[in-house]
Amino acid sequence: MTKQQANWSPYDNNGGSCVAIAGADYCVIAADTRMSTGYNILTREYSKICKLADKCVMASSGFQADVKALQKQLAARHLIYQHQHNKQMSCPAMAQLLSNTLYYKRFFPYYSFNVLGGLDNEGKGCVFTYDAVGSYEKVGYSSQGSGSTLITPFLDNQLKSPSPLLLSVQDAVTPLVEAEAIDLVKTVFASASERDIYTGDKIEIVVVNATGIRREYMELRKD
Amino acid sequence: MSKSVIEMPPKGGFSFDLCKRNEMLAKKGVNPPSFRKTGTTIVGLIFQDGVILGADTRATEGPIVCDKNCEKIHYMAPNIYCCGAGTAADTEAVTDMVSTQLQLHRYHTGRESRVVTALTLLKRHLFNYQGYVSAALVLGGVDVTGPHLHTIYPHGSTDTLPFATMGSGSLAAMAVFESKYKEGLTRDEGIKLVAEAICSGIFNDLGSGSNVDICVITKGGKEYLRNHLQPNPRTYTSSKGYSFPKKTEVLLTKITPLKDKVEIIEEGDAMEEE
Repeated sequence: MTKQQANWSPYDNNGGSCVAIAGADYCVIAADTRMSTGYNILTREYSKICKLADKCVMASSGFQADVKALQKQLAARHLIYQHQHNKQMSCPAMAQLLSNTLYYKRFFPYYSFNVLGGLDNEGKGCVFTYDAVGSYEKVGYSSQGSGSTLITPFLDNQLKSPSPLLLSVQDAVTPLVEAEAIDLVKTVFASASERDIYTGDKIEIVVVNATGIRREYMELRKD
Repeated sequence: MSKSVIEMPPKGGFSFDLCKRNEMLAKKGVNPPSFRKTGTTIVGLIFQDGVILGADTRATEGPIVCDKNCEKIHYMAPNIYCCGAGTAADTEAVTDMVSTQLQLHRYHTGRESRVVTALTLLKRHLFNYQGYVSAALVLGGVDVTGPHLHTIYPHGSTDTLPFATMGSGSLAAMAVFESKYKEGLTRDEGIKLVAEAICSGIFNDLGSGSNVDICVITKGGKEYLRNHLQPNPRTYTSSKGYSFPKKTEVLLTKITPLKDKVEIIEEGDAMEEE
């Protein structure tokens, strides 16, 4: 007598990829805008990027319903923080909050794969990368989602100067200039959309620097 | 010395000996490798002078595109072509096999091949394998009896239709056909409609993509339009290019000789007489 398997799942995967790269005085966060289910496209213009605080932006791929719920939770907690402390949350503080919020639902997780990017208290770029239950790490660059297996090796090759065995991702805050980092992100997404069926349509690129937050778009393959 | 059990030669068909083992492994979490499927949108339609077949060119292995420009319209006979969806190895093998059988038949009979011959050979083979040969085909051609278009399903059933679609993008393509098809289309109208149906599959189905291949078959001959449309160019190429100077880094060098050094012991000559 074999154990009965569940015939309904509360989760679905809406696909997509996210990337974030930290620089000396800027941070680039990018995600594609395709939302899909199974072999179908639900929409070509869905934003996976959310501004959590003044200098803190999150991109999430996975199950977008859970992502939406998570974003709402974080926005509410941030508002309470602002009332209590009379200031915006810093990026490292938001990073810890996100980790705790994810772990809170350890036994019914948010199916959400996040990268958090922004500027820390000194104005240096920082990127935090998460798994679905809140394990996080401050890194120089990161990629999540369906295209991450295609994107991460290329970023490792271009951004890590010595061998991965000698220097961890953490210390590799890229020496690239903002324009070069954006060029790298565009190339990486163009390549990922060639080979990953869930990545495509458009990229939304958000750049956080001293002057504020800027958004730009680029077209991708639509097939 | 005789064996107690005589080894029987395989009788043909598939061997299901390892199925129990595979089930046991799957329960332990060891899954078999995925097959290369073609995702796919394939279509065919009959126009006033013959048959037009169309196909996309993307081959997928799960969520990854393994071939951006593969050929899904296979040659069967000079006047018959076949589009294939499903497991790529199966569609290739089955169309190649029937194509050679048709050639032998042509030599035997001295006549041009008929589409129904190809149809019967394919459906008999697929039914024989009870659906395990995962090939869904759109077969089209023009012979002495006129233009023909058929669909063949993996289990061996067939349909004869004026317009047909198969593959994961079949619904997207059929939506276009059902809206715009009419009898007695001209060659250019037919090509335009087929291209539109394939494009619908390419853009709306994630399993299909890249380019449009078209094959026009008439009484006079055939025209294979490989990459008739290429609506998906690469969107961004960095102007400065990328270099890959980092070779594999040498972190540590340790040399271990494989043979131990042979120690030569200075022995007194055994043959020494004193």
